[in-house]
Amino acid sequence: MFKHLLSMDQLSADDITRVLDTAESLRQVTDRPIKKLPTLRGRTVCNLFYEASTRTRISFELAAKRLSADVINFSADSKSSVAKGESFKDTAWTLEAMGVDAIVVRHGSSGAPLQLSRWVKASVLNAGDGWHEHPTQALLDIFSIREHFKDLSGLNVAIAGDVLHSRVARSNVKGLVTMGANVVLVGPPTLIPIQARSWGAEISYDLDSVIEDVDVCYLLRVQKERATEQLFPSNREYAANWGLDSRRVAKMKPDALVMHPGPMNRGVEISADVSELPRSIVLDQVSNGLAIRMSLLYLMLGGAEEGDVS
Amino acid sequence: MSGSQQARSTSTPFALGGMSGYLLKGGRVVDPSSGVDAVGDLLIADRVIAEIGDSIDPGSIEVIDVSGLVVAPGLVDMHTHVREPGREDEETIASAARAAAAGGYTAICTMPNTDPVADTASVVEKVWALGREAGLVQVVPAGALSKGLVGESMADIGEMARSVARVRLFTDDGKGVQSALFARRAMEYLIAFDGIYAEHCEDESLALGGQMHEGERSIALGMRGIPAEAEELMAARDVALSRLTGCRLHLLHISTAGTVELVRRAKSEGVPVTCEATPHHFTLTDEALEGYDPNAKVNPPLRSEDHRDAVIAGLADGTIDAIATDHAPHAIEEKDIEFQYAPPGLVGLETSLALTLTELFHKGHLSLSDAIERLSCAPARILGLPDHGTLAVGGPANVVVFDPDASWEVDPHLFHSLSRNTPFGGRKVTGRVVHTFFNGNPTTRDSELVGVSV
Ligand SMILES: [Zn+2]
Ligand SMILES: [Zn+2]
Repeated sequence: MFKHLLSMDQLSADDITRVLDTAESLRQVTDRPIKKLPTLRGRTVCNLFYEASTRTRISFELAAKRLSADVINFSADSKSSVAKGESFKDTAWTLEAMGVDAIVVRHGSSGAPLQLSRWVKASVLNAGDGWHEHPTQALLDIFSIREHFKDLSGLNVAIAGDVLHSRVARSNVKGLVTMGANVVLVGPPTLIPIQARSWGAEISYDLDSVIEDVDVCYLLRVQKERATEQLFPSNREYAANWGLDSRRVAKMKPDALVMHPGPMNRGVEISADVSELPRSIVLDQVSNGLAIRMSLLYLMLGGAEEGDVS
Repeated sequence: MSGSQQARSTSTPFALGGMSGYLLKGGRVVDPSSGVDAVGDLLIADRVIAEIGDSIDPGSIEVIDVSGLVVAPGLVDMHTHVREPGREDEETIASAARAAAAGGYTAICTMPNTDPVADTASVVEKVWALGREAGLVQVVPAGALSKGLVGESMADIGEMARSVARVRLFTDDGKGVQSALFARRAMEYLIAFDGIYAEHCEDESLALGGQMHEGERSIALGMRGIPAEAEELMAARDVALSRLTGCRLHLLHISTAGTVELVRRAKSEGVPVTCEATPHHFTLTDEALEGYDPNAKVNPPLRSEDHRDAVIAGLADGTIDAIATDHAPHAIEEKDIEFQYAPPGLVGLETSLALTLTELFHKGHLSLSDAIERLSCAPARILGLPDHGTLAVGGPANVVVFDPDASWEVDPHLFHSLSRNTPFGGRKVTGRVVHTFFNGNPTTRDSELVGVSV
């Protein structure tokens, strides 16, 4: 299907649909008493994590194991290549010599997965690189949205928060636009690069003016340190202007979805006065994430020409 | 003639006295410093340019057929980073001199950001002496403006200026001077020594942590950007301070449309400002970053097309005086890593003439004469090197002979530099150095380095 998954740029609407459909089928496997498929028996997947993310790593590990692959976990400090120890490239060559079939890489430096893909024969899956992309997160988000609305075309999706520093935002905008959704980026101008218009998204600095029309309100995590970097005056002011509070929730369409990639910063992007979660908040859906990652490994390594799983 | 050509293998490049010399026969002699541009002969005898004429009798002197080639003043690089002292694994003064000679240069101005920093007379004198020892080009050390390049206290400016190295160009290159007050004081002080204040224009508060030019591509690639304004703000400040103090100002490696326009206006108003641009800034754009190639990481960063085009226009109309390499060697293990951790910089001494001819001359932006003016005459004039940038009869023979139409492919493994960090590997270019003469001695013959004294 495709050798590497580095960016949502490389996926057409048909590709995304195929990943989602395959994930749908594979999820049924996880409901069986024996939760394993033999597809990747004898294949080795390495999780190469230069940034800690237990959630994502476990999701990939479980996905590979459900497909009967062997899994190696390798974590390193992001800066180790400049300080001491083995360089990124040396590590890549070591993994290559071990004959791994796929490398799932999380790295703080944008583009590291692309660099890696030039050094190894294995398939490379980007599990998040710098501010650049996090395609498997976007695919699982799109999977969750499709589950709820069946069809993405024409949906109004607001992505609110720290777009500038967010790999989740980049991948989601690209994927959602590819699937025909109308995407608006909402937040203070310091966090919304105007160049994002070239991705096919609209830009708004006023959450109240868009909240009534959205089908999906996707809240990005706003790190509390951003206020100290003079990107906005205070977390309180951020919350007042761009945070989701009960007043704004009340204005939303009844079937609208609130999403968040987690973990949430209460009092910043989501107000403390939203005492109970809005009707359909979707946190990182563990089962959807697992199904998407199984689907990708299945399609990329399984050599499947057809996406049918029985 | 063929007999004397055979004799070359036995000729001694550093022969002293007697009838040592070369007759460069039938080339297109181009010397913008005197307005000469004609086919003819150039006689090098006893290390000086003895005669330029239609048809010179060689007597017993070796004749080199240069028909179809261009004979010009040796190139002068205003902006070379050597890594000696400090990182001799990346570039020594001798290896930089070899790379320079192979690239057609007869003089290079070395930047002071070595370890230790060239902020005292003893360091610049050492660099100068090592340059003399290497013998292939004139090594002209630049001195730091501030001690340790920290931008707080003045380096030993007067002592460096009065040393045997006779430092004339002062800069904290690698960084811009952040304090306007320090910049003002340094400019004022430099006037006493006829010094040039040279700036790496970068406002650190705007540029901090930046990996590439800020624009559509940096946003898409997920990298912190360096806006054009980080350069332009400091350039504007320095132009204002140059006007205030009367100190000569040289802006290093300018890369944005705004800076080009600022210099154009400042010159028209009589501010004593000069500037340079690099081959990578007029050849490449930030598109080169799309594959996250650390060899394309440089500071100032490769800009977008509109800025690149403005730099070309500035070179074409003379707003930009000089083409300088900003030759910045880095070890392979420092560049072959994650983009974010790689240091900025690329080597340029061995590709600059070819890129200038390919991108500016052959594409019709610069005449041959203007190309030589930017690569040789203007930098020699700015640095105050009377022995370079000219084919004046009676002066030392610092000469480059090149084939403007020879096509070749850049192969970094063939570089004489100790470093290989270039984004131009595999690139097809047109224009090749054939011979270089430094003080009348060939340092490059038939595109091969000769007379290597190390
Ligand atoms: Zn610089
Ligand atoms: Zn420099």
